[in-house]
Amino acid sequence: MAIDKEPRYVLATDVGSTTTKARFFGKVNGEWKFLASGEAPTTVEKPVEDVTRGVRNAVREVEELTGHKILDDSTEELRFVMPYLGGKVGIDVYVSTSSAGGGLQMLVTGVVKSITAESAQRAALGAGAIVMDVLAVDDGREIYEKVNTLRFLRPDMILLAGGTDGGDKVHVLEMAEVIAVSKPRPRFGVSYRLPVVYAGNRDAREDVKKILSSDLFDVRIVDNIRPQIEVEKVEPARNAILELFMEHVMAHAPGYEKLKKVVSTDIMPTPAAEGLMIRTFAEMRNVNVLGVGMGGATTNVYSVFDGRFLRTVSANLGMSYSIGNVLKEAGLDNVKRWIPLDMSDDEIMSIIYNKMIRPTTIPMTLEDLLVEHATARESIRMAFNHHKYLARELKGVKKERTISDIFEEVKAEETYIDMKRVDYIIGTGGLLSRAPRRAQSMLILVDAFQPIGFTYIMQDSVFMIPHLGVLSKLYKEIALEIFEKECLVPLGTVVAAAGTGTPGEKVADVTVEYSEGEKERFELTFGNIIRIPVSQHKEVSVTVEPTKKFDFGQGFGRKVSKVVKGGIVGIVLDGRGRPIYVPQDLGERRKFLLSWFKAMDMYPEKFLERIGG
Amino acid sequence: MSEESFAYTPGLAVTSLTYIVKERSLPIKGEILVEEGQKVDFDTIVGRCYLEGPPYIVKIAELLGIEPEEVPRYLKVKIGDVVKKGTVLAGYTAFLGLIKKTVESPVDGVVEGFNELTGHLTVRSPPRVIELSAYVRGKVVKVVPGESVAVGTPAAFIQGIIGFGGERHGVIEVVSSSNQDVVGPEHIGEHHAGKIIVGGSLITYEALEKARKVGVVGVVVGGAKITDIERILGYRIGVAITGRENIGFTLVLTEGFGKLPMSQRAFKIFKEHEGMEAAINGTTQVRAGVIRPEIIIPKEVEVPTEALEPLGEGKMKVGSVVRIIRYPYFGEIGTVVELPIELHQIETESPVRVVKVRLQDGRVVTVPRANVEIISE
Repeated sequence: MAIDKEPRYVLATDVGSTTTKARFFGKVNGEWKFLASGEAPTTVEKPVEDVTRGVRNAVREVEELTGHKILDDSTEELRFVMPYLGGKVGIDVYVSTSSAGGGLQMLVTGVVKSITAESAQRAALGAGAIVMDVLAVDDGREIYEKVNTLRFLRPDMILLAGGTDGGDKVHVLEMAEVIAVSKPRPRFGVSYRLPVVYAGNRDAREDVKKILSSDLFDVRIVDNIRPQIEVEKVEPARNAILELFMEHVMAHAPGYEKLKKVVSTDIMPTPAAEGLMIRTFAEMRNVNVLGVGMGGATTNVYSVFDGRFLRTVSANLGMSYSIGNVLKEAGLDNVKRWIPLDMSDDEIMSIIYNKMIRPTTIPMTLEDLLVEHATARESIRMAFNHHKYLARELKGVKKERTISDIFEEVKAEETYIDMKRVDYIIGTGGLLSRAPRRAQSMLILVDAFQPIGFTYIMQDSVFMIPHLGVLSKLYKEIALEIFEKECLVPLGTVVAAAGTGTPGEKVADVTVEYSEGEKERFELTFGNIIRIPVSQHKEVSVTVEPTKKFDFGQGFGRKVSKVVKGGIVGIVLDGRGRPIYVPQDLGERRKFLLSWFKAMDMYPEKFLERIGG
Repeated sequence: MSEESFAYTPGLAVTSLTYIVKERSLPIKGEILVEEGQKVDFDTIVGRCYLEGPPYIVKIAELLGIEPEEVPRYLKVKIGDVVKKGTVLAGYTAFLGLIKKTVESPVDGVVEGFNELTGHLTVRSPPRVIELSAYVRGKVVKVVPGESVAVGTPAAFIQGIIGFGGERHGVIEVVSSSNQDVVGPEHIGEHHAGKIIVGGSLITYEALEKARKVGVVGVVVGGAKITDIERILGYRIGVAITGRENIGFTLVLTEGFGKLPMSQRAFKIFKEHEGMEAAINGTTQVRAGVIRPEIIIPKEVEVPTEALEPLGEGKMKVGSVVRIIRYPYFGEIGTVVELPIELHQIETESPVRVVKVRLQDGRVVTVPRANVEIISE
């Protein structure tokens, strides 16, 4: 729905898997401002089973906080007073995103695992889907195992890809056949025709339609995702997935029909909206950005690198419903390495698993908070690994080789994301937005992503990136204005080195020159963090002269100078090496962790003294 | 502060009398074996269906080394044929019998289809019979032919927070003298075989093992150590989707992981219904269509036939009785004395919406609204 007149008040909601978050924006004295937020449990589940109830409850909280009348109380149905009527009555625009009910759950199939299946995965993830499994002819599973997988999983949609245009079609037809005979049962019941997006060999379209002609499937044909081996074209498949998401998935989720009637533009999957906003920002500033959205059920990672955009949604890595799975996947030792407390395994696990079964609760003690922060680092770390796995050059393409390529091949990681060239890291999601001190978010992001060189860290102030993403479809300028002024909290610059050493060993001499000409010198040693308070309104020149074992982005032992911005946390000199040095021994580890927390002023001093013994 | 203020908070059902209607659905269309108004017991089979067996794709063309379009000429079976494992599906002989190639069926089943594009034949295994029990004792209140029945009964109804193991039934016996007590192996004996035992704040690993050994049907308790649960299960829990565990009995935790006294209200209900037969189900799904584990104790009393009131959306008001569901007051019960509108800073320094609760010992504590659940209006 296009709206001609510039609005005065905008309401946006995100119907999350745990919580429905309402954000209220308005134009005050000529500037767009974030006015208030309201939250309530999402009501996609029994016994209410109507998302509009949760939306209403969240909006009611906004009304209570602002005194602004938004809900039309003359009806039981969710309706808003629209348009704005003057005074504190009414709104002009209402938009929403959703990841409730488990989001968009897809199964992806291709022919060659590292070629079409990988491209298909990128397309599905690009649409904000959770990829439940990736099936390929060469995935090492027998046909009956593939059939079992299809029968067991209950996807909302299948993306079928495979073959180049004009190439062999037998294999892609084989995969279509596997889908057909498996008769997968979608989670929305027997009357639901399972959408299958076919994005494979053009010549096999009619045959695929024939194989999947039963009433169980709704086949949508789009352009081939890999028309040629060296070309990847994910946009048509991605758009079809988003369209089908609205037509099928949303139509079957409880209460969405009602919600669809009141939105000013289509409801977007949360990761799609989040990614759209981060992408818009990166393109506008022409920078390399990494973003992370920490949800209750998933962790979404976004990257815009040298203009290339990639979004991944890691299912079952989240901070409420899936928090138990983070522990399971990361391993208890990996979570424990960030906790400087005398806690038994059972105590740590109880905190994590009780959060899983009561996902809407929030930590009340600092011990609880520390455990959640430790788990968050691991969740992002694993989600970022997943992201890097897909952030790589197209496979199957024969490249011209040069002498330098031979040296490139010995690199362990094949990702095109070069941590030395990441300009910004942006974090969003309940855990980060609700972190009582911004330094907590900053160190969680640094520990999880482990940037190298000079990287600016920002976070979403009160979790509104998805809201702004969907708003940007209608009003790009307004969304960007709010994003930059009200949403992004500038935490500061992290200056970190690749390399490793022994604790206390010199990493670099660092000189900070302030605009007034004053200079400060620091010796950064291995295993330590130095935080320099510099406000977000100030820029300083930082010169790093590393020893030969360390690289700040320009090579080992090479001097680097940059003008950087401060932030709420300031400038953080990180001498912990990459990967970050975390001692195995508990006593030693506690000493290091506490020194980092103290340097960052991360938790109340009294608490750190207490746990430091 | 305002008494007008309210909050929505999820809660678990703990009630000594309500009218329960259990929808019992077949996974696919089948036949319903009972009629509306009929009395059913826990084990009564109310419906039956035939779940299609798994399909096997037999790559005839590849196996015979021929083109897909040539396959029909060599097929020895036709669609709909019943075949045994080893039945020749296709084959040919050449050079006066010197070269013989055949493809046999990998399973017993029915020839379901042939794909002329790939030259593959599908053999589907025989269907599996699925029988659906009534699960609770009561009366059939609704029948959807071929699909589902609803069984209704007046009952005491207690939901837990997480469970393991599926549907079972047995006689209730309370093995703890209070909701605070720990259940050890000494509390469980041979005479508990086939029963649902109810404990207090914690059950030990040894007691869980003993319960399995003596053939207890169900265990209901406030809490258990997560490490003990994982020892019993034999694996680490990932997401909270349970119900299919094979631990020999059904376990329901009413409060959570750790030593957590069962709510006094739930404990009292179990005490009052000791000796009665109940249905128990540990199936839990915290995500997407929440399902909590439950204990249903059917009763033969007259109550108006009406569905259970929606439970999940309680309106918290001053005077509401709530339970705190996170440390450091986990499990404490109290009465709401204030619902401040403004945000409060809690120990973690987080500014959150809070509720002030007077605990049973008279202390007034301030906790995030998100960390309480209403246990009665």
